[in-house]
Amino acid sequence: MDRVKVAVIGPGNIGSDLMYKILRSNDLEMGLLTGIVESEGIKRARNMGVKTSIDGVQAVLADEEIKIVFDATGAKPHLQHAPLLKEAGKIAIDLTPAAVGPYVIPCVNLDQVQDEPNLNMVTCGGQATVPIVYAINRVAGARYAEIVACIASKSAGPGTRQNIDEFTQTTAKALTAAGGAKKGKAIIVLNPAEPPLMMTDTVYVDVENPDEQAIRASVEAMVKEVQKYVPGYHLRVPPIIEDHKVTTIVEIEGAGDFLPRYSGNLDIITSAAVAVAEKLAAKMLRREVVA
Amino acid sequence: MSGTRFVHLVDTTLRDGSHAISHQYTAEQIAAIAAGLDEAGVEYIEVSHGDGLAGSSINYGWSAISEEEMLTAAAGAIKNGILTVLLLPGIGTQEDLEMAIHCGARAVRVATHVTEADIAEQHIGMARKMGLQAFGFLMMSHMAPPEKVVEQAKLFESYGADVVYVADSAGAMLPEEVKARVGAVVDAVRVPVGFHAHNNLTLATANSLAALEAGASYLDGTCRGLGAGAGNCQIEALVGVLEKTGFQTGVDFYKIMDVAEDLVEPVMHRPQVVRNAPFMLGYAGVYGSFLLHAYRAAEKFSLDPRDILVELGKRGMVGGQEDMIIDVAYQLAQKRGGA
Repeated sequence: MDRVKVAVIGPGNIGSDLMYKILRSNDLEMGLLTGIVESEGIKRARNMGVKTSIDGVQAVLADEEIKIVFDATGAKPHLQHAPLLKEAGKIAIDLTPAAVGPYVIPCVNLDQVQDEPNLNMVTCGGQATVPIVYAINRVAGARYAEIVACIASKSAGPGTRQNIDEFTQTTAKALTAAGGAKKGKAIIVLNPAEPPLMMTDTVYVDVENPDEQAIRASVEAMVKEVQKYVPGYHLRVPPIIEDHKVTTIVEIEGAGDFLPRYSGNLDIITSAAVAVAEKLAAKMLRREVVA
Repeated sequence: MSGTRFVHLVDTTLRDGSHAISHQYTAEQIAAIAAGLDEAGVEYIEVSHGDGLAGSSINYGWSAISEEEMLTAAAGAIKNGILTVLLLPGIGTQEDLEMAIHCGARAVRVATHVTEADIAEQHIGMARKMGLQAFGFLMMSHMAPPEKVVEQAKLFESYGADVVYVADSAGAMLPEEVKARVGAVVDAVRVPVGFHAHNNLTLATANSLAALEAGASYLDGTCRGLGAGAGNCQIEALVGVLEKTGFQTGVDFYKIMDVAEDLVEPVMHRPQVVRNAPFMLGYAGVYGSFLLHAYRAAEKFSLDPRDILVELGKRGMVGGQEDMIIDVAYQLAQKRGGA
């Protein structure tokens, strides 16, 4: 076995973008895209030669070779899928707000949580901002972190729109749980400007020790780490320090795989999910070689 | 105009007005002003951080006291009026609304950018379920053509909003533009329609009258016009103008003037006049709450605040994007440094 077989549940925008990224991966084999009805996404995958099903999670459970499963459905379906996948010995990478397992931000805490059967990808805002909070916290001590995520209206799907509180609440929790801040707050703004704006995230951190040089170096190093799996991740405004307040602005340009480039918010979460799967896959492949 | 039409007034001195004093109201001030407004006969008394529930933050400015303290102070002072809160989905959540209801809020205005009403469905639904009056509030209405405003107003109506508002958050509209939007919404929905004016182009009262002409029946104002940007429609003046025009508001003209002069004026940090930068907000169509933040960024980066505001307008920034003021100021300063 030279690649690990994976499946994607949910053939919408996120699921389709995941599929494109998996097809490019050296470690992952795109084994199955599954939905619950015949859809555009299913048709597209089939035309590209990808195995598809409309039996939902059952199709995943029926294939023993599938080791890693991306769930790009919704919180409610994932709550049903999670125990089934666990029982079948498959690792779940959860892109919904269900948060059955711990939050994972690849460049921050993947090593600590890599043995968990279920990993939650937080939110796009969390993937974009937690690394910055973590980078500032490790050198300056974050007493409070607050982020403002701006997303192009066209890039915010019905799931986000109908559950916008979930975005702010989940992101705020991740700023403390994974970012290390003592308190967290998240704000999201949708902007309908044409042409659509790139996703921008402003990160404010109230720090104990406002050492400008250390903060800048730590943030710049972290941006390079994120760029390894999200090449379009950039510092727009490097850390500005006023008393104990640090202001940093990042911008995320999408890779343009399936979604348009302005959809950096979707790209960062699918890129992070694939980065997690690749790391897990590399570990599985090594283990097999050793055995 | 009909001589006996009733206009419902919403006073937002203790919400929109808080922008102009950087959200520094004390519980005593809130209690006194709320009691005064109630005594004067104001129907809806809005109390919240300027950016709505949970707006207290680095991005929008910290409130002097917690929202719970603000609302409790106001609820204790209001006997007849309806304690109202503002909620911007993306900033405040249903949990925050629950807290407000617990403190005595009886109406909520759920505000979104004029093209994004569908992020408010849950909040309007919750308000209705909890027995609150729910207003749908379309901010920055000047940025969308009347058809789009109508489409979004109908969404709010479909979620169960009792009233739908057209808000000129940037104080950027001319009376004809107000009439076009308000009139189109009045024709399209069955619920009453309101209008929220700002005075950046010195048209707040004129625009409020234009809205009534187009069929609106709810209007907003603040004492002394205290509010974001160049301020709001000055409510004590509006009451007088409406009386002269032949409308009824249920508000005592003298009493509301007294609230403005005796209670609100002493709290103000500066007179609410239309200086250059606030005028530019209206001219460039930029969200009113950006003003004081733009002054601070201009000082930090040695820029003209007008340049910052014009650039924000060009970029199409919407309400809530105060963080982009830093971004614009930083980019302008870099550009100037490099030239």
